[in-house]
Amino acid sequence: MDQNKLLVKLENAGVYRSSKWLVRGISLEINQGQIVTLIGPNGSGKTTTAKMILNILNTDEGLVTGNANKMAYVPQKINIDWTMPLRVIDFMKITSSLNNAEITESLVMTGVDKLLYNQIHSLSGGEFQRVLIARAIAKKPDLLVLDEPVQGVDFNGEIALYNLIKEISVNLNCGILLISHDMHFVMSTTDHVICLNGHICCSGSPSNVVKNPEYIKLFGEHNSETLSYYQHQHDHSHNHDGSISK
Amino acid sequence: MFDDFFMRALIAGIGIAIVTGPLGCLVIWRRLSYFGDTLSHSALLGVTLAYAFSINISLSVFIISGTVALLLLSLQKRTKLAGDSLLGLLAHSTLAIGLVLIGFLSSIRFDLMGLLFGDILAVTVEDIFIIWFGGLIILGILFYIWKSIFAATVNYDLAAAEGMKPDLSNFIFTLLLAGVIAISIKMIGALLITGLLLIPAATARSLSSNPRQMVILSILVGIISVILGLFSSLELNTASGPSIIVAALVLFILSLISFKRSGALQK
Repeated sequence: MDQNKLLVKLENAGVYRSSKWLVRGISLEINQGQIVTLIGPNGSGKTTTAKMILNILNTDEGLVTGNANKMAYVPQKINIDWTMPLRVIDFMKITSSLNNAEITESLVMTGVDKLLYNQIHSLSGGEFQRVLIARAIAKKPDLLVLDEPVQGVDFNGEIALYNLIKEISVNLNCGILLISHDMHFVMSTTDHVICLNGHICCSGSPSNVVKNPEYIKLFGEHNSETLSYYQHQHDHSHNHDGSISK
Repeated sequence: MFDDFFMRALIAGIGIAIVTGPLGCLVIWRRLSYFGDTLSHSALLGVTLAYAFSINISLSVFIISGTVALLLLSLQKRTKLAGDSLLGLLAHSTLAIGLVLIGFLSSIRFDLMGLLFGDILAVTVEDIFIIWFGGLIILGILFYIWKSIFAATVNYDLAAAEGMKPDLSNFIFTLLLAGVIAISIKMIGALLITGLLLIPAATARSLSSNPRQMVILSILVGIISVILGLFSSLELNTASGPSIIVAALVLFILSLISFKRSGALQK
């Protein structure tokens, strides 16, 4: 198998709605085994870009091409009408025919396997978020799109889920598009960062992006400094006993 | 057994209830009850045209309701009116056009009450054939697109992203809704069809903990409503359509009481 199969490619893509461009001139690529992160202020078109990649929104300009066979999506917001009785186990199966073992396995990974027969409406925000992630993982996609996947999840859970996402990209060898505000995660595990504000301001490896003047203009000097500081920790690595190895 | 008008009504009514069960659940989940109303109001225009051109009533109703449904889908994308205003606009204008046309067709005698509220005596062997044959086609197509329409009902974006083609299944579902109105208008009447879609499904909602259960229960509740309604219609000499809906309402109220008593039936 080709190690770095191209999963999806946007060429100069844009979406025009209600007489304005939501995003324009977006070019990017996601390859197998790669984690690409979108960052940017509110309303900068992160979700719109994700929806172009997932073919939920048609582009009004540019091209979306790709050869991802199976895509899975963790949307930012999802309201399930309370008129529908729906258990977690039913929700897990809505777009694919999974068996109970596959369902349980991925619910264990996100730590919510005890909720299998609970009504979706009775879950807390964080629990529901974990179910959403489990559902996407269970499909074993080759492209996984996560839009703010850990919102509402408690702090320790957040770290565990981010580690899980990293693990999944390795184990499934899938491509991951992540929309995240968590700069530490973005900077430490992402392969490629795209800074968005209606268009692509700057992009590249995390260490290059934080030095980019466009990034500093958008996120401020302070943020850039904390991240540089964080990066400093990666100039060395730790042995298992905590000692530093160069 | 088809000789007895009551048996014919019973067989026809049960056939309708089997189809309205699953479609009614989708109408409730997707919050389309007013949409169903609009389609059934426009059905009256279909009936009028059927008389005017002497074509089959179900066929004519299907064509008119289907057209109105598709018109609605395309208008919703183009106008700045809210969905409910658009629905009201189409519901009442098609109903009015239908009634105006009835005025022009003065040579034909109309049973307006029968059209609006259904007529137990009007069910022929041909109608039974249309209901069961049409019903089987509707159920067959619904079964085929169920996964897709269900995913789209839970969440459009998820369904679209994960290759479930929600736009196509929405389109087909709309036509199926027009189809169920077409096969049941003679029996239930233009004004009450939405009731048979909604009330059994609403009854099933408070008794079920998962979607499959809700579909099966709403079919059962629909069948019981038809049987109870038709028997009381025979005994009390009341109109068949309203009697069926009243029976469904009684079952709904009973389900609320039992639901309250048992707390939540949810696992």
